[in-house]
Amino acid sequence: MQVQEEKVIYNRAGQRVVSPDYLLFEAPRTKHFMTGSEAVKEAVKRASVDASVSYPITPQSEAAHLIGELWVEGYVGVYFRGESEFGVMSEVAGCAMAGARTITTTSGPGTLRAFENFPMWAGTRIPVQLVLMARGVNSPLSIQPDNLEVGFLLDTGCMIWYAENAQDLFDMILAGFVVAEQPSVHVPVITVVDGFFVSHTREAIMLPPDDIALPPYNPYKAPMPVIDAEVPPGRFLRDPFVMKSNYISYATHASWQWEVRAAIERSRPFAKHYLRGLTEEFGDPEAELVFVACGTAAAQSKEAVRLLEDEGIKARVIKLKTIRPFPIEELRQAVKGAKYIFVPEFNVVGWLEREVRRYLYGHSDAEIIGSPRVAGGMTMPAEVIVKEVLKLTGKEVKHVL
Amino acid sequence: MTRRRVNIRMPALGGQGAVTAAHIIATAADYEGYYAVSNPFFGAEKRMAPAESYARIGIEPIFDRGEVVYPDVIMVFHPQVITMGKSYTMPFYSGIKRKGLIIINTEEDLLTDADKERLEQLEVKVFNFPATKFAIEIAGTELSTNMAMIGALFGAIGGVGIEAIEEGIKSRFLKKFVASGGTASLDSALERKFKKKLELIEKNLNTAKAAYELAQKWAQEQGLEPFLPPPPKKVAV
Repeated sequence: MQVQEEKVIYNRAGQRVVSPDYLLFEAPRTKHFMTGSEAVKEAVKRASVDASVSYPITPQSEAAHLIGELWVEGYVGVYFRGESEFGVMSEVAGCAMAGARTITTTSGPGTLRAFENFPMWAGTRIPVQLVLMARGVNSPLSIQPDNLEVGFLLDTGCMIWYAENAQDLFDMILAGFVVAEQPSVHVPVITVVDGFFVSHTREAIMLPPDDIALPPYNPYKAPMPVIDAEVPPGRFLRDPFVMKSNYISYATHASWQWEVRAAIERSRPFAKHYLRGLTEEFGDPEAELVFVACGTAAAQSKEAVRLLEDEGIKARVIKLKTIRPFPIEELRQAVKGAKYIFVPEFNVVGWLEREVRRYLYGHSDAEIIGSPRVAGGMTMPAEVIVKEVLKLTGKEVKHVL
Repeated sequence: MTRRRVNIRMPALGGQGAVTAAHIIATAADYEGYYAVSNPFFGAEKRMAPAESYARIGIEPIFDRGEVVYPDVIMVFHPQVITMGKSYTMPFYSGIKRKGLIIINTEEDLLTDADKERLEQLEVKVFNFPATKFAIEIAGTELSTNMAMIGALFGAIGGVGIEAIEEGIKSRFLKKFVASGGTASLDSALERKFKKKLELIEKNLNTAKAAYELAQKWAQEQGLEPFLPPPPKKVAV
């Protein structure tokens, strides 16, 4: 008879290492009451993080300094302050290339200042995680919630996940490392929440105990060797192909970009498992009136579904948890039977509406309406969504407001 | 009037502790067994500039976020919100729902006849409550104004009791210090600080409690019914 002994492993902080499935799905959870920024801290605390870099730009959240507290307490291996947001995003890349599990966070103008780094992260195939608390992009100056910057990030080659609330964010940060570090994926993940609406909001959240954590990152499982100036990714930085003007260098560059996108595609089964699906539905499954939304827009749509119910109108919400990869098949299936598809958004350009139109083209007869849309810090009350819906679908307003 | 949700808007001035108040209100309601969410809203605000925070309490999960545009309750933390228009919305009661409640920290009546007429049409009750005066008398500091406002809120709308308020205040000021990844012990300096903190909490609690009792009496006189049904029994996960 063979006796199986399970070896108990502890991480740097003395936490017991458990499987991602156990941490995310099986470990007993208790209720806590906290802000979205504090939820980031709680996730990082259980993620065996090796390195984090921060820069105190405005706007920001408390998340970066809370990660600093974790470093003081011994949960994070290395923590330091960059000289600017550009510096931060470069330095986290350095940490990740050296084989460290790395996380940082930024917002709005900070994202734009650091922007050159995001495609670089993807191209060097580092599984770094950025918690993006979306805030307004200048100009005019705004530090309020607005997710225009997410539209800019869509094609950087990073995975983009979108959390609705503190609970989503906590679970997504943990799942983010697990999926991003899969050898067949190995690209950065940007976990997005709406600034203020999630980062500064205090709500109930269920947390597993804090004496268990994710298995540490194993850089030797990476599809590319850790930093080395002679082979990719180090070689790319030292001696980029395109410095040699010839066809093969252009082709290499192009094919590498395809490969980064293919890696995002390969993340689907892992994301599906660890996020329990790339989409989530709320409301009457038979309803012809459908909201497709992510983040706070999904939260507000859920409230609108309740108000519409009071008006005697059936509606439902399809919440998108991932934007890259885009849940193409899930969305096409979910909108079957839809007559009206509303895409409410917290930005002026309607980047999600574009995405929805692109992937539903030829797959749905529903009318797609990019409305309501607010920006620059505006709130989207459920009452306003309902009013808009009733107006555009020609229905009689009974008792909204 | 049965509600599923009470949305509270708190126009205040920077430094008055309205953000803290919203957090304590939501924590207390959560402890009582309601669903609750709180959030602040501010820009690059400073002392005496308008600042606002919000709390939502309900008997079903709350998804709603951001500014409370259509409040059931408005808590005016400072007379200047009304007299100097230091408010995100004009008039300060814009969007208030029928049969709502307004609590104003004031020693005198600040509303115009037009305001009163509009609010009467909406059957909104106004509670003029000198919270700052109250805080100075009981806690010996105007810094406890927010505690008086919290007490007044729950005294008036019911549903959340003193024990839950106490829990909300304690969880805000006695944040657990997690010693891990090494050793951490409270040295004597920390202990002294701790003692000071306990005194502060005691004073805050007394202020909230006195305000609660006063508002409860006022609500009874006005014939105000509890704003929410009793808290749902939350399933322990």
